[in-house]
Amino acid sequence: MSSAPQWKNPVIRWVDERLPVFTYIDHEYNQFPVPKNLNYFWNFGALAMIVLVTMVVTGIVLAMQYTPHVDYAFGSVERIMRDVNYGWLIRYIHMNGGSMFFIIVYIHIFRGLYYGSYKSPRELLWMLGVVILLLMMATAFLGYVLPWGQMSFWGATVITNLFSALPIIGEPIVTWLWGGFAVDNATLNRFFSLHYLMPFVLFAVVGLHVVALHVTGSNNPTGIEIKGPQDSVPFNPYFTAKDSVGLGVFLIFFAYFVFFAPNFFGEVDNYIEANPMQTPPHIVPEWYFLPFYAMLRAITFDVFFIPAKLLGVMVMGASIMILFIVPWLDTSKVRSARYRPVYKWLFWVLVIDCFVLGYVGAKPPEGVLVLMGQLGTAYYFLHFLVIMPIVGKLETPLPLPASISEAVSGGSANSSPSGMEKP
Amino acid sequence: MSEATQSPESTEDDVGRRDFLVLATAAVGAVGAASFVWPLVDSMNPSAEVLALSKIEVDLGPIEEGQSITVVWQGKPVFIRRRTKVEISAAVKDDGADLRQKEKDADRTQKPEWLVMIGICTHLGCIPLGQKAVETKGEYGGWFCPCHGSHYDTSGRIRKGPAPLNLEVPKYKFLDDKSIRIG
Amino acid sequence: MRKTVIGVAAAVLITISGQAMASGGIELPKQHWSFEGIFGTYDRGEAQRGLQVYSEVCAGCHGLSLIYYRNLMGLGYTKDQVKAFAAEYEVEDGPNDEGEMYMRPAKPSDRFVNPFPNDKAARAGNNGALPPDLSLVVEARVGGPNYLYNLMAGYVEPPAGVSVMEGMSYNAYYPGHQIAMPSPLSDEAVEYADGTKATVAQMARDVTTFLTWASEPNMEERKGMGIKVLLFLIVLTGMLIAVKKKIWADVH
Repeated sequence: MSSAPQWKNPVIRWVDERLPVFTYIDHEYNQFPVPKNLNYFWNFGALAMIVLVTMVVTGIVLAMQYTPHVDYAFGSVERIMRDVNYGWLIRYIHMNGGSMFFIIVYIHIFRGLYYGSYKSPRELLWMLGVVILLLMMATAFLGYVLPWGQMSFWGATVITNLFSALPIIGEPIVTWLWGGFAVDNATLNRFFSLHYLMPFVLFAVVGLHVVALHVTGSNNPTGIEIKGPQDSVPFNPYFTAKDSVGLGVFLIFFAYFVFFAPNFFGEVDNYIEANPMQTPPHIVPEWYFLPFYAMLRAITFDVFFIPAKLLGVMVMGASIMILFIVPWLDTSKVRSARYRPVYKWLFWVLVIDCFVLGYVGAKPPEGVLVLMGQLGTAYYFLHFLVIMPIVGKLETPLPLPASISEAVSGGSANSSPSGMEKP
Repeated sequence: MSEATQSPESTEDDVGRRDFLVLATAAVGAVGAASFVWPLVDSMNPSAEVLALSKIEVDLGPIEEGQSITVVWQGKPVFIRRRTKVEISAAVKDDGADLRQKEKDADRTQKPEWLVMIGICTHLGCIPLGQKAVETKGEYGGWFCPCHGSHYDTSGRIRKGPAPLNLEVPKYKFLDDKSIRIG
Repeated sequence: MRKTVIGVAAAVLITISGQAMASGGIELPKQHWSFEGIFGTYDRGEAQRGLQVYSEVCAGCHGLSLIYYRNLMGLGYTKDQVKAFAAEYEVEDGPNDEGEMYMRPAKPSDRFVNPFPNDKAARAGNNGALPPDLSLVVEARVGGPNYLYNLMAGYVEPPAGVSVMEGMSYNAYYPGHQIAMPSPLSDEAVEYADGTKATVAQMARDVTTFLTWASEPNMEERKGMGIKVLLFLIVLTGMLIAVKKKIWADVH
């Protein structure tokens, strides 16, 4: 490993001796050793960061044009779409950027789950990631209310009403959240304020997430730690180049939606101004909440003294909270599912289960869909609470390669020098 | 760059070609980033509905001789006065006076009868008095700014007080005898 | 893992597009539109005739409050034509120096005049039903232009055994079929200046194109820019792939 560089530029040296930012950047983003076998699924962390920055930048500009008042919010958004220079572009980027953020982060999470990136010593890194997911959900929900369309209003009403499930304190909390007796101007104002605040909180936690990553280093598709210099390459130029390829491909995907299908992820009802006297016939949350929404609705029955309403909220909350303890639920000695012949398939069953839940969440809760939602919810928890601990103990993992470089050049058919791994 | 991974067989030519490719790609990327920034910057310029109001048409028909009206143009008051014969001749007579900003009355009007000016004192932005009959018109019978005591004459030129310049004449055009477009 | 991921991605798209079709439930026959596809533009002839249909038929009950008269220049009208068109309408302005509101001819910088002063008046004038503002109607309905077209042209005799409530009409494509709006179009309801025969189907088509434009007047700018951006990104990504290959060439 190279030591601190000797800065030639006197200004840089002067600053660096007093505040070693340049040395830090050099260490963490230039020389930083990264396993050389990372595949393209390791792009998504960097992509998430870029989308977050894009969201903040476009959001700041939108906030200059937006009016957080029930009488003007909808009109001010349409003014952005029609009269503000490039307003339509900026809003479509922001609107689709939210969906992109979730697509990227969900892939990032499932990548972590597949390759066991949550296992020791990366537990805290993983848990910070779950905090980021929670903050993202809060931010996205708050932001969706701001255009003050029908879905904004009724989404806000339904989600805030979740708190009314809490016994005794529920009602006062909901009134407090609303600042009134229904979702109204006070609610919109505070949601705007909080929507603007949240990204900065997000940045702080993302910062911790990155610091934690740089303590442990990246996991990799084999799940084996770096054992020597032959296993790693410096971050720059190798992974700056590789992340840039991912960024290019992602931007093409993103631009397609912004320019040619900007309302693909949206709901038509949100182009109707909020009407507190009329609920749309079929209300659904944004797509990224659908699996959780399905779990909320799956609980149609009371259990002992717990009413269905409260239980649904608890189940939905637990579906995310359970992620915090995943590092301790997984008992396997092997990190990467590539060497776990049984768990590998169970991972994909979980992915399918999440899609089934998403599908159920999008549909009206009728007929067989209710049962599907209940089975899907049960399986979700079964995966984490039963399958993870038990399979980890019972399964016989495949033999691990001795090192990363052996896995890459060891002549095994499933690896290629470009790092495009196919487990 | 890391020496460890540089394989010995890569020639200088190879390195040169690689550097050029990296540089070209970085340049293209920079152009892309810059063109992404422009919409964000331009969004802060006046929007279409603001620009649509940047010109206004004013009907002069109802204004009698000796009357003034104030219209709002681009968020600013515009004074339109149909001047009396006495006011016009007073203004023309003073063309030769010791003016702080030398301007002939004829250069400040398109038709002597009609005086069109932005009603903002050139000192610190207050709105001078003198539009209504009851208001004081200052020592020169035109307008008087109460904030710091600037006196304007019947051509809107600064005659006394701290203001440095005459009241500004906006761009305007007579559409016909009885209507103008400002802007 | 790669193949599986592609499969999963396909499943996502199917799920989401399934979700988009979830509501409504009535199959809408598809029309071909000039504004479809990545190169689509609004057919100016259709849109201009559509403006005529809107003004002469729809505007009696439906507002178009997000559109300014000046926006019509985007449909190929000249400044003077827009001025003359706007001047046919009266808007309330004021207060004047006497403190009173007064009516004046509309200007290009005014919004389309609403037929009713407020929602209550609109309901009162329409048997309690509120005619929705049409500025965003194409974006605010499942099926968009196809829905609107079929609705306009979908007034038919109710099937045997279906009784239509007092004051309602039967429409094949309206959710629930009973709609408070009586059939707005009939053959020759307007007389087109360009000599096009004003059939119900033609007028439905024209007004749909016009209202699609009203929902998103800058769609053409969006698509035009999108093509440039995509081409740029494809070139950039190609270069990035080349750079990456070069840099990784000596890693074993």
